[in-house]
Amino acid sequence: MVLRDASGLDALLSHRYPEGTVTHARSKRFQKLRERDINKEVFIREWPELGLKVMDSPGDPDPSLTIKDGRIVEMDGRVESEFDAIDRFIALHAIKLDGASEAMQLDSLAIARMLVDINVSQREVMDVFASLTPARIAQVVGHLNVVEMMMAMQKMRQRKQPADQAHVTNWKENPALLAADAAEAGLRGFAEEETTVRVSRMAPFSALALLVGSQVGRPGVMTQISCEEALNLRLAMKGLATYAETLSVYGTIPSFLDGDDTPWSKGLLASAYASRGVKSRFTSGSGSEALMGYGLGWSMLYLEVRCLLMVKGAGSQGVQNGSISCIALPESLPDGVRGVFAENLVAAALGLEVAAGNDAMSSHSQMRKTAKLMLQMLPGTDFITSGHSVMPRKDNLFGGGNFDAEDMDDWLVIQRDMQIDGGLRPVQEDTVQKIREKGARAIQAVFGEMGFPPITDAEVEAAVCAFSSDDLPDRDSVADLAAADAFLDSDKTALDVVAALARSGFKDVAESVLEMQRQRVLGDYLHTSAIFDKDFKVQCALNTPNDYQGPGSGYRVAGETWQQIQNIPQALDPQKLIEDEAPDGDLVLHRLGDALEGQVPEVVVAVGPAFGTVINRTLADLSHAEVLSAIVEGIEAEGLPARVVKVWHGADLADIGLSGANLSGSGIAIGLQSKGTALIHKKGLAPLNNLELLSMAPNLSLESYRTLGGNAACYATNRAPHPVPMSIDNMARLRLIVHTTLLHHREVRQIIADKPVEELEVMFP
Amino acid sequence: MSGKEDKIAPGFPLGERHRDDVRANSGRPLNDLTLSDVLAGNAVEADVAISADTLMMQARFAEEAGYHEVARNLTRAAEMTRIPNEELLRLYESLRPGRSTYDQLLSLCQWVTSEYDAEHTGAYIREAADAYRDTGLLKVDDL
Repeated sequence: MVLRDASGLDALLSHRYPEGTVTHARSKRFQKLRERDINKEVFIREWPELGLKVMDSPGDPDPSLTIKDGRIVEMDGRVESEFDAIDRFIALHAIKLDGASEAMQLDSLAIARMLVDINVSQREVMDVFASLTPARIAQVVGHLNVVEMMMAMQKMRQRKQPADQAHVTNWKENPALLAADAAEAGLRGFAEEETTVRVSRMAPFSALALLVGSQVGRPGVMTQISCEEALNLRLAMKGLATYAETLSVYGTIPSFLDGDDTPWSKGLLASAYASRGVKSRFTSGSGSEALMGYGLGWSMLYLEVRCLLMVKGAGSQGVQNGSISCIALPESLPDGVRGVFAENLVAAALGLEVAAGNDAMSSHSQMRKTAKLMLQMLPGTDFITSGHSVMPRKDNLFGGGNFDAEDMDDWLVIQRDMQIDGGLRPVQEDTVQKIREKGARAIQAVFGEMGFPPITDAEVEAAVCAFSSDDLPDRDSVADLAAADAFLDSDKTALDVVAALARSGFKDVAESVLEMQRQRVLGDYLHTSAIFDKDFKVQCALNTPNDYQGPGSGYRVAGETWQQIQNIPQALDPQKLIEDEAPDGDLVLHRLGDALEGQVPEVVVAVGPAFGTVINRTLADLSHAEVLSAIVEGIEAEGLPARVVKVWHGADLADIGLSGANLSGSGIAIGLQSKGTALIHKKGLAPLNNLELLSMAPNLSLESYRTLGGNAACYATNRAPHPVPMSIDNMARLRLIVHTTLLHHREVRQIIADKPVEELEVMFP
Repeated sequence: MSGKEDKIAPGFPLGERHRDDVRANSGRPLNDLTLSDVLAGNAVEADVAISADTLMMQARFAEEAGYHEVARNLTRAAEMTRIPNEELLRLYESLRPGRSTYDQLLSLCQWVTSEYDAEHTGAYIREAADAYRDTGLLKVDDL
């Protein structure tokens, strides 16, 4: 070390790096980043005054509650006379007064910990939440990070088993395609199916096609149509829909009025549906108020909690929330995805069924979309999405789906990866085609029997095989609309549909549609989180409650369910992958006995135990004959003889190569595994210290092997080697790692530990 | 706080435990409605409509399981089984914002209560009338 005097050091430190020569030029990496899908999105900083704040806005009130003479006279800083209609509704209907003082005195952090604590039961948490004010609830979930929220959701979800909902629509509103898609959705495991309309007058036919198709797919699937409230109710009264989720509520009164409703009118509608034996859930979600211009300076979460208490107060069994169609707005803001999941969690903690969003397009970026989905999919919600499109995006009349027909296999693989139940099950193509045809034929028969404009065989055939409605012939929409109007105005109901199905040979479908009508008489499925299994056995919070309380409890993917989830049709039988392997007919290997040390300049080619006899092709799909021939050619082209030996005592490439080198007259050898991985080794080197290694067998061509042979000869004669040509395919390992494992396993099985290296005479007949 | 409650309501679900006892709104036993009946035209809309009694039973199940608000909703629904479709749609329309005056809502409340024996629904409309009056949701020409 050189000691410097102080002034020398100062001089050294005062020397400045010359800035600004190329720093103003644009970065090519940033350019690429700007082009990425994630940067097609709009991100903004918070603006609380406009309601552009997801959680914990400075405008949010402090929690408080005053009860006098058995009623709430003050809540969250507002006295009774300042209550808007939402406060008033909540105060009257949604806060349990018995125990409210105690619950409100609990520290919000203590309540947050109850949500996560496996020693506190779901019911105990629900009992506390039942007496909290909106501001207190927002404060409680504000303490949780997303992992804690997922833990809490796993416990607070109301139904034991999670499920998923399908969206079934198509641009042409073709009933045969609707029924085929509905049937497929049922087969795939969706517990509910929702449709909507482009032309509202088509609603009766679309509801009908969905009902018939769904029951073909799987008896007990519930169906609904999203259309104007009064029309929706009329269709439900006809028995064409079994549930409704169009009851939208908002966290501020001006937004509510834009939706042309009040808490009381929505509450009455909920009872009206129930009075006709129809299940219903409300709809709410972060961002709608700000979007409508009436965020009023409150956080999106606080507003959503107000909505959820309204939903609970109205006596709805559940809600679809998770921002729904407004999702891009909270996602433009910091912690938007967290806030949206917080609202799912609050709903569950209030004892509501949750259909958790994930239905509207949430991102351009697949990575971001999937990351968001995990919050609901990993812990499981009653419905992981409020609509998972079974069609391609362009046929989704809900404005395009977040997850579409093309994403089905990704979903199934994620279930298999994580051992989770996302509500879907793998299907076989031929089974799907059969069920699609039956769905389309059933609705064809119903249209025929009921005198609606006929569905042709060509439409049925197109519907079975269609990718999208582009593949369907056009229908006479004027005739369809006129017939749909007449059907709506007539006294025809689902019972006429039952008769039409039975008369045309679809007795089993008729029975299912009839049983769905009987279930309206029973009303079991009006309860929290209710769905049916294929035997119309109801599963809901009352008879199959979520009893999660830590590892070993609650819903677990096991037994037959796990078998179904893991058995995706793409999964190959690994034994079949290698059982076809055979000797290479283009390669004759005569065994000449134990190999001896060479005495002349040469290159030894040492092959693995399975080479040419048990395995005959490399991972690059080159035959062993071709590969060996190329190597020998390369060696000989550089003027040296090649000698081929087989290593029996091991399958490790370094071992094979070094064993060859130890026998080589030049001390140089090529080691070659049966899967095609190769190296050049030299006598006296450490096993892993080779001269040249071609580790990516799938990327090698015959030219690579020829050059490798030539290089070995160059090393043996002290000349400079040449670069080995090879393609670059970074996905090769990903694609072929299973084959690599199996091939190598086969090579290892050929090992004879005490057998010496064997000399081979090679012929290429 | 009520602490742990048994969420399993005995008797639920009706479909599995009391199917034989359930009757439709028409009074027809549920088990009496077969596919043959439907084919023979021997089934009407009311045979597949839920009855007030059944809804009250479902309300009790909800109450027993601790879903008190659902129970109250189902209680109002039980009353509404007596209200015809068109009247029900009209009732909903009247409760939408700015559709009714205070007096109109009060008379609606009286009419529903007396005509359909719908005490809880009536009280709900009455409550809405007061809330609409206090928060400006009545029909504008009443202000």
